[in-house]
Amino acid sequence: MTEIGSPVAQAPAPQSGGEASTFDTTTARKQWQVILRRFTRHKAALVGLVLFVVLVLFAFFGSLFWKYSYTDLGFKRYLPPSADHPFGTDRLGGDMVALIIRGTQFSLQIAIVVAVLSTVIGVVLGAVAGYMKGWVDTLISRFIDLLLVIPSLIIAAVLVRNSFVVSVAGGSGGSNWLIVALYLGLIGWLSIARVIRGMVLSLREKEFVEAARALGASTFRIVFRHILPNTVDVIIVNATLAIAQAVLLEAALSFIGLGVQSPDTSLGLMISLNKNELTLHPWLFLTPFVFIVLISLAVNFIGDGLRDAFDPRQKRVKA
Amino acid sequence: MFRYIIRRLLISIPLLIVASFLCFGLVNAMGDPLGEWKLQKPRTPAEIAAAYERTGYNKPFMERYVDWAGNFVTGDWGESVNPGNAGKPVKDDLIKAFGVTLRLILGAELIALLLGIAVGVIGAVRQYSIFDYTATGISFAMFSMPLFCVALVLKAGGIELNNWLESIGADRWIITAGPPGDGFGGSFGEQVFQYSGAYILPTISLVVIQFALYSRFQRASMLETLNADYVRTAQAKGISEARSIFRHAFRNALIPIITVSSLNIGAGFGGAVITETVFSWSGMGKFIVDAITDIEPYQVLGFMMLTAVFIIVFNLIADILYAFLDPRIRLD
Amino acid sequence: MSEVDVMGAPGSSAWENTTGSGEKLLRVENLSVDFPTDDGTVHAVRDVSFTLGPGEVLGIVGESGSGKSVSSMAIMGLLPKTAKVGGSIKFKDRELVGLNYKQMQPVRGNGISMIFQDPMTSLNPVYTVGWQLAEAHQAHHDVSKKAAWAKAVEALELVGIPQPDRRAAQYPHEFSGGMRQRAMIAMAIINDPDVIIADEPTTALDVTVQAQILDTLLRIRDETSAGIMVITHDLGVVAGMVDRVQVMYGGTVVEQGTVDEVFEAQRMPYTVGLLGSIPNPNMLGKRLTPIKGAPPSLMNLPRGCSFSPRCPLAIDECRETEPLLLETDRAGHFARCHRSAHLATIENPQRLFAHEEIGVVENPASLTMANPDIPVSEDLDVVEARLHEEEKPTS
Repeated sequence: MTEIGSPVAQAPAPQSGGEASTFDTTTARKQWQVILRRFTRHKAALVGLVLFVVLVLFAFFGSLFWKYSYTDLGFKRYLPPSADHPFGTDRLGGDMVALIIRGTQFSLQIAIVVAVLSTVIGVVLGAVAGYMKGWVDTLISRFIDLLLVIPSLIIAAVLVRNSFVVSVAGGSGGSNWLIVALYLGLIGWLSIARVIRGMVLSLREKEFVEAARALGASTFRIVFRHILPNTVDVIIVNATLAIAQAVLLEAALSFIGLGVQSPDTSLGLMISLNKNELTLHPWLFLTPFVFIVLISLAVNFIGDGLRDAFDPRQKRVKA
Repeated sequence: MFRYIIRRLLISIPLLIVASFLCFGLVNAMGDPLGEWKLQKPRTPAEIAAAYERTGYNKPFMERYVDWAGNFVTGDWGESVNPGNAGKPVKDDLIKAFGVTLRLILGAELIALLLGIAVGVIGAVRQYSIFDYTATGISFAMFSMPLFCVALVLKAGGIELNNWLESIGADRWIITAGPPGDGFGGSFGEQVFQYSGAYILPTISLVVIQFALYSRFQRASMLETLNADYVRTAQAKGISEARSIFRHAFRNALIPIITVSSLNIGAGFGGAVITETVFSWSGMGKFIVDAITDIEPYQVLGFMMLTAVFIIVFNLIADILYAFLDPRIRLD
Repeated sequence: MSEVDVMGAPGSSAWENTTGSGEKLLRVENLSVDFPTDDGTVHAVRDVSFTLGPGEVLGIVGESGSGKSVSSMAIMGLLPKTAKVGGSIKFKDRELVGLNYKQMQPVRGNGISMIFQDPMTSLNPVYTVGWQLAEAHQAHHDVSKKAAWAKAVEALELVGIPQPDRRAAQYPHEFSGGMRQRAMIAMAIINDPDVIIADEPTTALDVTVQAQILDTLLRIRDETSAGIMVITHDLGVVAGMVDRVQVMYGGTVVEQGTVDEVFEAQRMPYTVGLLGSIPNPNMLGKRLTPIKGAPPSLMNLPRGCSFSPRCPLAIDECRETEPLLLETDRAGHFARCHRSAHLATIENPQRLFAHEEIGVVENPASLTMANPDIPVSEDLDVVEARLHEEEKPTS
C-alpha cells in the first residue's frame, strides 16, 4: 500500500529503497484500479452513483432550468400533479417542483456538511486517542461516553434555540440549515471515532509503524501518512453512509421541530409541514418522501458497493 | 465478577456528575423558563419574584446546581417550573413515562431481534439466493426510509382501516391516540382486541427500523463465522451441515449481536421520540421533547439521569454477556 | 514421548509397491480444481495424480499458492460450493468426486481426517477442547456423551498431552500453540482414520515443538498404520519423515519420487531452487539463494511450463508447450520438465540459482566446465533480461 512506499523513498535508505518504492506505487495504483473495477461491476452501486449525480445536478442546477421559482406563490392552491405542475402545488399555491428542488438542495447541503464534519472530527480524535493511548485516550474515550449519556436532543435544542449561535453562523434569518448541519456533525462523529480508534490501536503495533518511528518520523507524520492511509476504506465507506444517515436524521429532527426552520427548508421540513395532507393531498407528502428515499437509497447503494470493492473477503479464494 | 460490576459502577459515578453538570449548563443556555410567561401580560414584581423563587432561578448557577444535586441524591428530583403547569414532581411523571416506553419498546425490540437474527442467518447461509436478495432489498429499503414517514403512513392506514370497519358495521380497531389511560377492560377477547389495536402500529413502526439494523448486522457476522476456520474443522469431523451451521457458526455469530442489541435496548429507554409523537404515547420521548420545548430544567435533568443510568447499566450488561458468551474474554 | 525409530525405516518397502497394484487407500487421478471468480477463473489445481497406501507417508511440498492445500480440501470435499472439481479421487475404491455434503459425511473424520494448519483459528473458541473432540467421535459412533468424553481424554493422552482429563475441560485459548496442534491431531485420530491429511502441521510452532509434533504423527502412523499425507512448504519436515515426495508448482506436480531421489538428484529446476533456499550446513557462511521472481498467478498461467519465467534453464520449448510428468532417467522418479535430461548432466545444479550474488559462485567457470556445450551464463543473462522487460510495462 501507499504508506510503505513514501517514507522509504524519502529517507536516505539503502539503494534498494528506490526500487522498492516504485514497486509499491505500482501495486498501490493497481489496487485502486482493482477497487474501481469491482465497484463498477456492482450494478446497484453504479445505479446508486448515477442516481446520486442526477439528484445533485437536479438540486443545484435544476432551478436554472425550471420555469417557476419557489418564490412564485400565485398559483391555485392544492393543484394535483399536471403537465404544468408535475408535482402539483402546495397550500400556499407554490409550485412543488421548484420547492422540491430547493428542499433537495438544502437536504444535500446539510448531509454533505455533516458527513465531512463528522468524518474529520471522528477520524482525527479516534486516531489521536488510538495512537497516543494513555491519558489522551482516556480523556477522549470518556468524552465520547459523556456525549452518549447526554441525550443529543438536548444539545440540538440548545443549539437551535440559542440566538447567539444563530447570529455567529450568519445573522438572524441567515443560515439556519448550517446550524443544524453543524450540530449533526458535532454529534455524529462518535461511531467513526470509536472504529478508527480501535483500528489505530492495532495498527500502531505493526512493523511498518515501528520502522517509520525508527527512521525518526514525527508523530504527526506517522499518524497521518502511515497509519491513517490503512483505514481509508473504513473512512470512505463510513463517510458515504453518513450522508444517508444525515438526510434521515435531519428529517426526523425537522419533524419534532428541532431541525431546519423557515426561511430555510429541507425535504424533512416539507414532509412534516405536509404531514396532515397525506389522505387529502397525498402528492404534497409523497414527493418529498420519495426524494428522501431516493437520496438515501442511492447513497446506501454506493456505500455498499464501496464496501464490497474494498473488502472482497467473502469472494476471495484461498489457494 | 461481583467486584468487577462494583468497580464499573463506581467508575461511572464521576461520569454521571460531569454529565449532569454539563446538562445543567445546556439547560441554562436554553434560556429563562419564565421568559415567555413574563411577556404574556404585565406581571407585578412580587409575582415575578415569587415565580423565580419557585424555579430557583433567583440564585446563581452554581448554587442552583448544588441544590439540585443535593436534593437529587436524597430522592427529590425537583418539580416542573413552568407557571402554566408548575409544581408537578418530576420523579412521578418520569416513572409514568418510563412505564409507557418500557411496554412499547420491549416487545418491539424482541420481535425485531428474533426476526432480524432469523432473517440474517438464513440470508447468510443461503447467500445470493432469492431469499437473501429479497431480505437484503427489504432491509435496505427500510434502512433508507425516514421512520416518521413510515409511522405517518401506518397511522393514516390505520384510520382508513377503522373507517372501513365502521362502514361494514364493525368496531373501530386501531387506536392511534396512545394506549387508553385507564387500561384495558371487558372480557378477555375485548382486552386482546383493545391491546392489539393500541400496540400494533407503534410496534410495527419500531420493528421496521430495528429489524433492518439487526438483520443486516446478523447476516454480516454470520457470513464471517461461516467462513471461519473452526467451522471448516467441524465439517471435517464429519458432522452434519446443519450442526456445523448452528452449533459452530451460529453460536459464534450470536456474540456480537447480543452485545449490540443490549446496547441498543439501553439507549432505547430514552424513548422512541418519533413513534411516541406520531401515535401520541406519552412515553419518555414525548416527555423529553415537551420538557425541552417548555424549558423545564429539572425534568430535563431527571430524564438525563435516568437514561444515563440505563445506558451505563446496559453497557455493563453487554460486557458481562460478552464475557459470558465468549470464554476468551475475562472481566477485570 | 516415544522414542520409536521411524526416520526412514519403513519407507522403502511401501514405496516399492506403488508401481504394482497393491491395496491403495487413496487414489487421486488427474485431479483439477477451478474457482470461477469475478476477475476470471483460478486454476488452483491441474492434473494431479498420486496414491497413498496404508502406513505410507507422502509429502507434498510447494510454495503457498501451489495448490497443495486446495488438493487436500478437494479430497475432504470441503471446497467452497463454487469450486469446480475434475478428475477422480478414490478412497478404498469409492469415488469421492461428485459426492454431496451428506454423502461425504461418513468419510470425513472417519475414513479420511485432516489436521489443519493454523491451530489458533481452527478450534472453535467457545467450546472446550474435550467437547470438540467428543463431537468428532459422536459424529461416527452412536455412543453416550460420557463415553465420547472418555474417548476424547484418551485421544488427548495418546498425543502426549499431560493431565488429559483436566485439559479436556479447558478452552482452546487456555492451550499453548503446540498443545492446540496436539489437540488437532487428537481430533484427527479419534476415529482411527485410514488416511490422515496434515496441512502444514508445524508451521505455526517453534522448532522443538515441531519435532515433537512430527514424532507424534509418526508414532500414530505406526500404531494405526494410517496413510499420512503431509502438506508443507518446509523441506526439513519432509526430509525427516516421509517416504515419497511430490513437489507442486503452479497448481500441478512438477517432480515426484522417493525422498532420497528428490533430495539427491533433482530432475526439475524448481526443486533445485527450492532446496537451495533452505539453510544448509554445507553452505555455512554463504548466502541463501532464493528463486528470483514470484509464483505464477493461477489466473493467468504462463504459456508452456509454468516455471519457465523463473527458470534459468528455460528454452523456447519450455515457453511454448507444457511438459508432461514423465519418468526420468532414474526409475520411479518423475519430473515435469523438458530439461530434466539436461539438468541431470549439471554437476552442481544449486549454482543455477546463484545469480547476482557472485560471491556464492566461487568459480563461475565451473558451471560451464561440467559440460562446455551448456551456455549456462547465457541462460542467466536471458532470464535476467526477460525479468527486466517484464517489470517495465507494469511500472
